[in-house]
Amino acid sequence: MESMVDARGLLCPEPVLLVKKEMARLGGKGEIRVMVNSGTARENITRLANSQGWKVTVHQQGDETELRLIKQS
Amino acid sequence: MDKGKILGAGVVVGVLALMLVQYGNPANMGFCIACFIRDIAGALGLHQAAKVQYLRPEIIGLVLGAFVAALGTREFKTVGGASALSRFVLGLFAIIGFLVFLGCPLRMVLRLAAGDLNAFLGLIGLAAGVAVGVLLINRGYSLGRAQPQSRIGGYIFPALALTLLVFAVIQPAFIFASKEGPGSMHAPLALALGAGLLVGILAQRSRLCMVGGIRDFILFRDTYLLAGFAAILLTAFIGSLVLGTFKAGFVNQPTAHADWVWNFLGMALGGLSCVLLGGCPLRQLVSAAEGNTDSAVTIMGMLVGAAVAHNFGLAGTPQGVPLAGQAAVLVGLAVVFFIGISSRPVLQAKQVAAKDLTARQ
Repeated sequence: MESMVDARGLLCPEPVLLVKKEMARLGGKGEIRVMVNSGTARENITRLANSQGWKVTVHQQGDETELRLIKQS
Repeated sequence: MDKGKILGAGVVVGVLALMLVQYGNPANMGFCIACFIRDIAGALGLHQAAKVQYLRPEIIGLVLGAFVAALGTREFKTVGGASALSRFVLGLFAIIGFLVFLGCPLRMVLRLAAGDLNAFLGLIGLAAGVAVGVLLINRGYSLGRAQPQSRIGGYIFPALALTLLVFAVIQPAFIFASKEGPGSMHAPLALALGAGLLVGILAQRSRLCMVGGIRDFILFRDTYLLAGFAAILLTAFIGSLVLGTFKAGFVNQPTAHADWVWNFLGMALGGLSCVLLGGCPLRQLVSAAEGNTDSAVTIMGMLVGAAVAHNFGLAGTPQGVPLAGQAAVLVGLAVVFFIGISSRPVLQAKQVAAKDLTARQ
Protein backbone atom coordinates (compact mmCIF):
# COMPACT_ATOMS: atom_id res chain seq x y z
CA MET A 1 0.00 0.00 0.00
CA GLU A 2 1.09 3.56 -0.68
CA SER A 3 1.12 6.47 1.74
CA MET A 4 2.07 10.11 1.70
CA VAL A 5 4.15 12.30 4.02
CA ASP A 6 4.23 16.07 3.59
CA ALA A 7 7.44 17.33 5.20
CA ARG A 8 7.62 20.68 3.41
CA GLY A 9 8.72 23.63 5.50
CA LEU A 10 9.45 21.59 8.59
CA LEU A 11 12.54 22.03 10.72
CA CYS A 12 15.14 19.33 11.37
CA PRO A 13 14.57 16.62 12.59
CA GLU A 14 10.79 16.63 12.01
CA PRO A 15 10.85 15.42 8.37
CA VAL A 16 12.93 12.36 9.24
CA LEU A 17 10.82 11.68 12.30
CA LEU A 18 7.58 11.78 10.28
CA VAL A 19 8.99 9.35 7.72
CA LYS A 20 10.29 7.05 10.45
CA LYS A 21 6.84 6.96 12.07
CA GLU A 22 5.20 6.25 8.71
CA MET A 23 7.63 3.40 8.07
CA ALA A 24 6.72 1.88 11.42
CA ARG A 25 3.00 2.37 10.73
CA LEU A 26 3.33 0.41 7.48
CA GLY A 27 5.10 -2.40 9.30
CA GLY A 28 8.51 -1.62 7.82
CA LYS A 29 7.64 -2.15 4.15
CA GLY A 30 5.59 -0.73 1.33
CA GLU A 31 5.70 2.54 -0.58
CA ILE A 32 5.84 6.08 0.81
CA ARG A 33 5.76 9.33 -1.15
CA VAL A 34 7.48 12.16 0.68
CA MET A 35 7.27 15.84 -0.27
CA VAL A 36 10.21 17.99 0.84
CA ASN A 37 11.50 21.43 -0.14
CA SER A 38 14.98 21.55 1.37
CA GLY A 39 18.20 19.81 0.44
CA THR A 40 18.83 18.96 4.07
CA ALA A 41 15.52 17.13 4.48
CA ARG A 42 16.06 15.31 1.17
CA GLU A 43 19.49 14.07 2.25
CA ASN A 44 18.42 13.16 5.78
CA ILE A 45 15.40 11.16 4.62
CA THR A 46 17.45 9.41 1.94
CA ARG A 47 20.03 8.48 4.57
CA LEU A 48 17.38 7.09 6.93
CA ALA A 49 15.67 5.15 4.15
CA ASN A 50 18.90 3.61 2.87
CA SER A 51 19.94 2.58 6.36
CA GLN A 52 16.59 0.76 6.76
CA GLY A 53 16.85 -0.96 3.37
CA TRP A 54 14.35 1.22 1.48
CA LYS A 55 15.03 2.18 -2.15
CA VAL A 56 14.78 5.90 -2.85
CA THR A 57 14.01 7.61 -6.14
CA VAL A 58 14.06 11.40 -6.42
CA HIS A 59 11.65 13.43 -8.57
CA GLN A 60 12.33 17.14 -8.76
CA GLN A 61 9.15 19.20 -9.19
CA GLY A 62 10.13 22.85 -9.50
CA ASP A 63 11.02 24.11 -6.04
CA GLU A 64 9.87 20.91 -4.40
CA THR A 65 11.15 17.37 -4.38
CA GLU A 66 9.16 14.18 -4.24
CA LEU A 67 10.96 11.20 -2.77
CA ARG A 68 9.55 7.78 -3.48
CA LEU A 69 10.54 5.24 -0.86
CA ILE A 70 9.99 1.57 -1.67
CA LYS A 71 10.67 -1.60 0.27
CA GLN A 72 9.22 -4.87 -1.03
CA SER A 73 9.58 -7.26 1.89
CA MET B 1 25.93 6.94 3.46
CA ASP B 2 29.15 8.54 2.34
CA LYS B 3 30.70 10.50 5.20
CA GLY B 4 33.59 11.85 3.13
CA LYS B 5 32.04 15.31 2.71
CA ILE B 6 31.43 15.94 6.39
CA LEU B 7 34.73 14.42 7.51
CA GLY B 8 36.55 16.66 5.03
CA ALA B 9 34.65 19.71 6.26
CA GLY B 10 35.49 18.80 9.86
CA VAL B 11 39.20 18.47 9.13
CA VAL B 12 39.29 21.82 7.29
CA VAL B 13 37.40 23.58 10.11
CA GLY B 14 39.84 22.10 12.65
CA VAL B 15 42.90 23.21 10.68
CA LEU B 16 41.52 26.71 10.01
CA ALA B 17 40.61 27.15 13.69
CA LEU B 18 44.19 26.37 14.75
CA MET B 19 45.58 28.61 12.03
CA LEU B 20 43.41 31.57 13.08
CA VAL B 21 44.73 31.24 16.64
CA GLN B 22 48.32 31.12 15.33
CA TYR B 23 47.61 34.34 13.43
CA GLY B 24 46.13 36.24 16.33
CA ASN B 25 42.73 34.96 17.50
CA PRO B 26 42.38 34.27 21.27
CA ALA B 27 43.48 30.79 22.39
CA ASN B 28 41.01 27.98 21.62
CA MET B 29 38.90 30.58 19.79
CA GLY B 30 39.81 30.04 16.16
CA PHE B 31 36.11 29.73 15.61
CA CYS B 32 33.37 30.43 18.13
CA ILE B 33 30.05 31.54 16.74
CA ALA B 34 28.69 32.65 20.14
CA CYS B 35 31.86 34.59 21.06
CA PHE B 36 32.04 36.22 17.65
CA ILE B 37 28.37 37.25 17.71
CA ARG B 38 29.10 38.75 21.14
CA ASP B 39 32.09 40.63 19.71
CA ILE B 40 29.98 41.90 16.81
CA ALA B 41 27.28 43.04 19.26
CA GLY B 42 30.05 44.96 21.04
CA ALA B 43 31.45 46.42 17.82
CA LEU B 44 27.98 47.75 16.98
CA GLY B 45 27.74 49.33 20.43
CA LEU B 46 24.90 47.09 21.58
CA HIS B 47 26.92 46.44 24.73
CA GLN B 48 29.78 48.37 26.28
CA ALA B 49 32.04 45.55 27.48
CA ALA B 50 35.27 47.15 26.25
CA LYS B 51 37.20 43.89 26.00
CA VAL B 52 34.85 42.08 23.64
CA GLN B 53 34.18 44.44 20.74
CA TYR B 54 35.29 43.51 17.26
CA LEU B 55 33.58 43.07 13.90
CA ARG B 56 34.62 39.43 13.41
CA PRO B 57 35.21 38.82 9.68
CA GLU B 58 34.87 35.05 10.23
CA ILE B 59 31.10 35.44 10.74
CA ILE B 60 30.75 37.76 7.75
CA GLY B 61 32.70 35.32 5.57
CA LEU B 62 30.70 32.37 6.83
CA VAL B 63 27.40 33.98 5.87
CA LEU B 64 28.64 35.10 2.45
CA GLY B 65 30.27 31.71 1.76
CA ALA B 66 27.10 29.81 2.64
CA PHE B 67 25.04 32.29 0.59
CA VAL B 68 27.18 31.80 -2.51
CA ALA B 69 27.17 28.02 -2.06
CA ALA B 70 23.39 28.00 -1.70
CA LEU B 71 22.98 30.16 -4.83
CA GLY B 72 25.36 27.92 -6.76
CA THR B 73 23.48 24.76 -5.86
CA ARG B 74 20.04 26.37 -6.30
CA GLU B 75 19.30 25.70 -2.65
CA PHE B 76 18.78 29.36 -1.87
CA LYS B 77 15.11 29.76 -1.09
CA THR B 78 13.36 32.47 0.88
CA VAL B 79 11.14 30.83 3.48
CA GLY B 80 9.84 31.84 6.88
CA GLY B 81 6.86 32.37 9.09
CA ALA B 82 7.40 29.46 11.47
CA SER B 83 7.23 30.98 14.97
CA ALA B 84 9.78 33.76 14.42
CA LEU B 85 9.39 35.34 17.87
CA SER B 86 9.69 32.00 19.67
CA ARG B 87 12.91 31.50 17.76
CA PHE B 88 14.13 34.96 18.72
CA VAL B 89 13.68 34.05 22.39
CA LEU B 90 15.28 30.62 21.95
CA GLY B 91 18.25 32.27 20.22
CA LEU B 92 18.50 34.85 22.98
CA PHE B 93 18.64 32.25 25.76
CA ALA B 94 20.88 29.90 23.74
CA ILE B 95 23.60 32.51 23.57
CA ILE B 96 23.23 33.45 27.24
CA GLY B 97 23.84 29.77 28.05
CA PHE B 98 26.84 29.65 25.74
CA LEU B 99 28.31 32.87 27.15
CA VAL B 100 27.94 31.51 30.70
CA PHE B 101 30.00 28.50 29.58
CA LEU B 102 32.17 30.75 27.36
CA GLY B 103 31.75 29.17 23.97
CA CYS B 104 29.33 27.71 21.46
CA PRO B 105 29.38 23.96 20.69
CA LEU B 106 32.10 24.58 18.09
CA ARG B 107 34.41 26.28 20.59
CA MET B 108 33.53 23.60 23.14
CA VAL B 109 35.03 21.02 20.75
CA LEU B 110 38.11 23.20 20.19
CA ARG B 111 38.54 23.68 23.96
CA LEU B 112 38.20 19.96 24.56
CA ALA B 113 40.74 19.21 21.82
CA ALA B 114 43.26 21.53 23.50
CA GLY B 115 42.91 19.74 26.85
CA ASP B 116 40.44 22.10 28.57
CA LEU B 117 38.59 19.54 30.68
CA ASN B 118 35.94 22.11 31.70
CA ALA B 119 34.65 21.66 28.16
CA PHE B 120 33.96 18.03 29.02
CA LEU B 121 31.45 19.20 31.62
CA GLY B 122 30.08 21.45 28.88
CA LEU B 123 29.76 18.49 26.52
CA ILE B 124 27.85 16.46 29.12
CA GLY B 125 25.60 19.48 29.70
CA LEU B 126 25.07 20.00 25.96
CA ALA B 127 24.16 16.33 25.49
CA ALA B 128 21.77 16.50 28.46
CA GLY B 129 20.09 19.60 27.01
CA VAL B 130 19.78 17.95 23.61
CA ALA B 131 18.36 14.78 25.19
CA VAL B 132 15.62 16.79 26.94
CA GLY B 133 14.90 18.55 23.64
CA VAL B 134 14.59 15.19 21.89
CA LEU B 135 12.02 14.11 24.49
CA LEU B 136 10.04 17.27 23.74
CA ILE B 137 10.32 16.66 19.98
CA ASN B 138 9.07 13.11 20.46
CA ARG B 139 6.13 14.52 22.43
CA GLY B 140 5.12 16.53 19.36
CA TYR B 141 7.03 19.81 19.71
CA SER B 142 6.95 21.83 16.50
CA LEU B 143 7.48 25.44 15.48
CA GLY B 144 5.27 24.85 12.47
CA ARG B 145 5.90 25.00 8.74
CA ALA B 146 7.98 27.66 7.05
CA GLN B 147 6.25 29.03 3.96
CA PRO B 148 7.83 30.35 0.77
CA GLN B 149 8.19 34.15 0.91
CA SER B 150 9.18 36.89 -1.53
CA ARG B 151 12.73 36.30 -2.66
CA ILE B 152 13.93 39.73 -1.51
CA GLY B 153 13.45 38.81 2.17
CA GLY B 154 16.11 36.14 1.93
CA TYR B 155 18.65 38.59 0.49
CA ILE B 156 18.40 40.91 3.49
CA PHE B 157 20.55 38.77 5.81
CA PRO B 158 23.46 38.33 3.35
CA ALA B 159 23.13 42.06 2.59
CA LEU B 160 23.57 42.80 6.30
CA ALA B 161 26.74 40.67 6.28
CA LEU B 162 27.97 42.61 3.25
CA THR B 163 27.28 45.90 5.06
CA LEU B 164 29.30 44.71 8.05
CA LEU B 165 32.11 43.77 5.66
CA VAL B 166 32.17 47.35 4.35
CA PHE B 167 32.38 48.58 7.98
CA ALA B 168 35.14 46.07 8.74
CA VAL B 169 37.18 47.36 5.80
CA ILE B 170 36.70 51.14 6.16
CA GLN B 171 36.49 51.05 10.00
CA PRO B 172 34.19 54.02 10.59
CA ALA B 173 34.41 55.76 13.99
CA PHE B 174 31.04 54.47 15.19
CA ILE B 175 32.25 50.86 15.10
CA PHE B 176 33.89 49.91 18.41
CA ALA B 177 37.10 47.88 18.51
CA SER B 178 38.71 46.58 21.72
CA LYS B 179 42.12 47.95 22.67
CA GLU B 180 42.75 45.04 25.05
CA GLY B 181 41.24 41.67 25.94
CA PRO B 182 39.86 38.97 23.61
CA GLY B 183 38.30 41.54 21.27
CA SER B 184 41.72 43.03 20.54
CA MET B 185 43.13 39.65 19.56
CA HIS B 186 42.36 38.74 15.98
CA ALA B 187 43.83 37.29 12.83
CA PRO B 188 44.30 39.70 9.88
CA LEU B 189 41.05 40.68 8.16
CA ALA B 190 41.73 38.94 4.83
CA LEU B 191 42.73 35.68 6.50
CA ALA B 192 39.75 35.66 8.88
CA LEU B 193 37.37 36.54 6.04
CA GLY B 194 38.84 33.84 3.77
CA ALA B 195 38.61 31.22 6.51
CA GLY B 196 35.00 32.22 7.14
CA LEU B 197 34.13 31.99 3.43
CA LEU B 198 35.62 28.50 3.16
CA VAL B 199 33.87 27.26 6.30
CA GLY B 200 30.63 28.80 5.09
CA ILE B 201 30.81 26.92 1.80
CA LEU B 202 31.79 23.63 3.45
CA ALA B 203 29.17 23.94 6.20
CA GLN B 204 26.45 24.66 3.63
CA ARG B 205 27.45 21.67 1.52
CA SER B 206 27.95 19.20 4.38
CA ARG B 207 25.15 20.49 6.73
CA LEU B 208 27.74 20.48 9.54
CA CYS B 209 26.01 20.92 12.92
CA MET B 210 27.28 20.10 16.38
CA VAL B 211 23.90 19.95 18.12
CA GLY B 212 22.39 18.03 15.21
CA GLY B 213 25.12 15.41 15.60
CA ILE B 214 24.14 14.58 19.16
CA ARG B 215 20.43 14.86 18.32
CA ASP B 216 20.52 12.50 15.34
CA PHE B 217 22.53 9.98 17.29
CA ILE B 218 19.99 9.94 20.13
CA LEU B 219 16.98 9.92 17.79
CA PHE B 220 18.09 7.67 14.95
CA ARG B 221 21.51 6.27 15.90
CA ASP B 222 22.63 8.21 12.83
CA THR B 223 26.32 9.20 13.01
CA TYR B 224 26.61 11.38 9.88
CA LEU B 225 26.71 14.77 11.64
CA LEU B 226 28.52 13.34 14.65
CA ALA B 227 31.35 12.38 12.29
CA GLY B 228 31.94 16.07 11.52
CA PHE B 229 32.08 16.79 15.23
CA ALA B 230 34.62 13.96 15.70
CA ALA B 231 36.73 15.13 12.75
CA ILE B 232 37.05 18.64 14.20
CA LEU B 233 37.91 17.22 17.63
CA LEU B 234 40.56 14.85 16.31
CA THR B 235 42.12 17.40 13.93
CA ALA B 236 42.33 20.10 16.59
CA PHE B 237 43.66 17.58 19.12
CA ILE B 238 46.48 16.40 16.85
CA GLY B 239 47.15 19.99 15.81
CA SER B 240 47.41 21.14 19.44
CA LEU B 241 49.89 18.36 20.16
CA VAL B 242 51.98 19.26 17.11
CA LEU B 243 51.93 22.99 17.94
CA GLY B 244 52.69 22.27 21.60
CA THR B 245 49.61 24.17 22.80
CA PHE B 246 47.91 21.11 24.31
CA LYS B 247 47.50 21.47 28.08
CA ALA B 248 45.24 19.07 29.97
CA GLY B 249 43.52 20.32 33.11
CA PHE B 250 40.74 22.37 34.66
CA VAL B 251 42.50 25.48 35.96
CA ASN B 252 44.04 28.40 34.07
CA GLN B 253 42.55 27.38 30.74
CA PRO B 254 42.27 30.26 28.23
CA THR B 255 38.98 32.20 28.38
CA ALA B 256 37.32 29.57 30.58
CA HIS B 257 36.27 29.02 34.18
CA ALA B 258 36.32 25.87 36.29
CA ASP B 259 32.82 26.12 37.75
CA TRP B 260 31.49 22.63 37.04
CA VAL B 261 27.83 23.28 37.75
CA TRP B 262 27.54 26.35 35.54
CA ASN B 263 29.64 24.90 32.74
CA PHE B 264 27.16 22.03 32.73
CA LEU B 265 23.98 24.12 33.09
CA GLY B 266 25.10 26.84 30.67
CA MET B 267 25.64 24.29 27.93
CA ALA B 268 22.44 22.45 28.88
CA LEU B 269 20.52 25.69 28.27
CA GLY B 270 22.34 26.20 24.97
CA GLY B 271 21.80 22.60 23.89
CA LEU B 272 18.10 22.56 24.74
CA SER B 273 17.49 25.90 23.01
CA CYS B 274 19.42 24.86 19.90
CA VAL B 275 17.80 21.47 19.47
CA LEU B 276 14.43 23.25 19.59
CA LEU B 277 15.80 25.65 16.95
CA GLY B 278 16.85 22.77 14.70
CA GLY B 279 20.59 23.36 14.99
CA CYS B 280 23.59 25.02 16.61
CA PRO B 281 24.53 28.70 16.02
CA LEU B 282 26.74 27.72 13.06
CA ARG B 283 23.80 25.97 11.42
CA GLN B 284 21.50 28.95 12.12
CA LEU B 285 23.95 31.25 10.31
CA VAL B 286 24.10 28.91 7.32
CA SER B 287 20.34 28.48 7.26
CA ALA B 288 19.83 32.26 7.42
CA ALA B 289 22.27 32.64 4.51
CA GLU B 290 20.22 30.06 2.55
CA GLY B 291 17.22 32.37 2.79
CA ASN B 292 15.48 31.14 5.95
CA THR B 293 14.23 34.39 7.47
CA ASP B 294 13.23 32.62 10.71
CA SER B 295 16.88 31.65 11.17
CA ALA B 296 17.85 35.26 10.46
CA VAL B 297 15.48 36.33 13.26
CA THR B 298 17.14 33.69 15.47
CA ILE B 299 20.52 35.34 14.82
CA MET B 300 19.00 38.70 15.76
CA GLY B 301 17.86 37.06 19.02
CA MET B 302 21.42 35.89 19.58
CA LEU B 303 22.77 39.38 18.91
CA VAL B 304 20.35 40.85 21.45
CA GLY B 305 21.07 37.97 23.86
CA ALA B 306 24.80 38.68 23.66
CA ALA B 307 24.14 42.35 24.39
CA VAL B 308 21.88 41.44 27.32
CA ALA B 309 24.49 39.00 28.65
CA HIS B 310 27.06 41.80 28.91
CA ASN B 311 24.79 44.73 29.75
CA PHE B 312 23.24 42.80 32.65
CA GLY B 313 26.50 41.14 33.74
CA LEU B 314 25.39 37.58 33.02
CA ALA B 315 28.33 36.19 31.03
CA GLY B 316 30.91 33.88 32.57
CA THR B 317 34.39 35.24 33.29
CA PRO B 318 37.66 33.40 34.06
CA GLN B 319 36.73 33.94 37.74
CA GLY B 320 33.41 32.15 37.39
CA VAL B 321 29.76 32.89 36.71
CA PRO B 322 28.15 35.95 38.38
CA LEU B 323 25.02 35.40 40.47
CA ALA B 324 22.95 37.25 37.86
CA GLY B 325 24.25 34.85 35.21
CA GLN B 326 23.29 31.86 37.33
CA ALA B 327 19.79 33.25 37.77
CA ALA B 328 19.53 33.94 34.02
CA VAL B 329 20.44 30.33 33.20
CA LEU B 330 17.73 28.99 35.52
CA VAL B 331 15.14 31.43 34.14
CA GLY B 332 16.28 30.52 30.63
CA LEU B 333 15.91 26.79 31.25
CA ALA B 334 12.36 27.37 32.55
CA VAL B 335 11.33 29.63 29.64
CA VAL B 336 12.87 27.43 26.96
CA PHE B 337 11.37 24.27 28.47
CA PHE B 338 7.97 25.98 28.55
CA ILE B 339 8.28 26.95 24.88
CA GLY B 340 9.31 23.37 24.14
CA ILE B 341 6.41 21.80 25.95
CA SER B 342 3.74 24.15 24.60
CA SER B 343 4.70 24.65 20.94
CA ARG B 344 2.47 22.44 18.82
CA PRO B 345 1.76 22.26 15.09
CA VAL B 346 -1.13 24.51 14.06
CA LEU B 347 -3.98 22.37 12.80
CA GLN B 348 -4.56 22.61 9.07
CA ALA B 349 -8.18 23.56 9.71
CA LYS B 350 -7.06 26.65 11.63
CA GLN B 351 -4.62 27.87 9.00
CA VAL B 352 -5.58 30.59 6.59
CA ALA B 353 -6.51 28.94 3.33
CA ALA B 354 -4.65 31.20 0.93
CA LYS B 355 -5.48 29.05 -2.10
CA ASP B 356 -9.24 29.51 -1.68
CA LEU B 357 -8.83 33.29 -1.44
CA THR B 358 -6.79 33.60 -4.63
CA ALA B 359 -9.20 31.33 -6.47
CA ARG B 360 -12.01 33.77 -5.84
CA GLN B 361 -10.18 36.77 -7.35
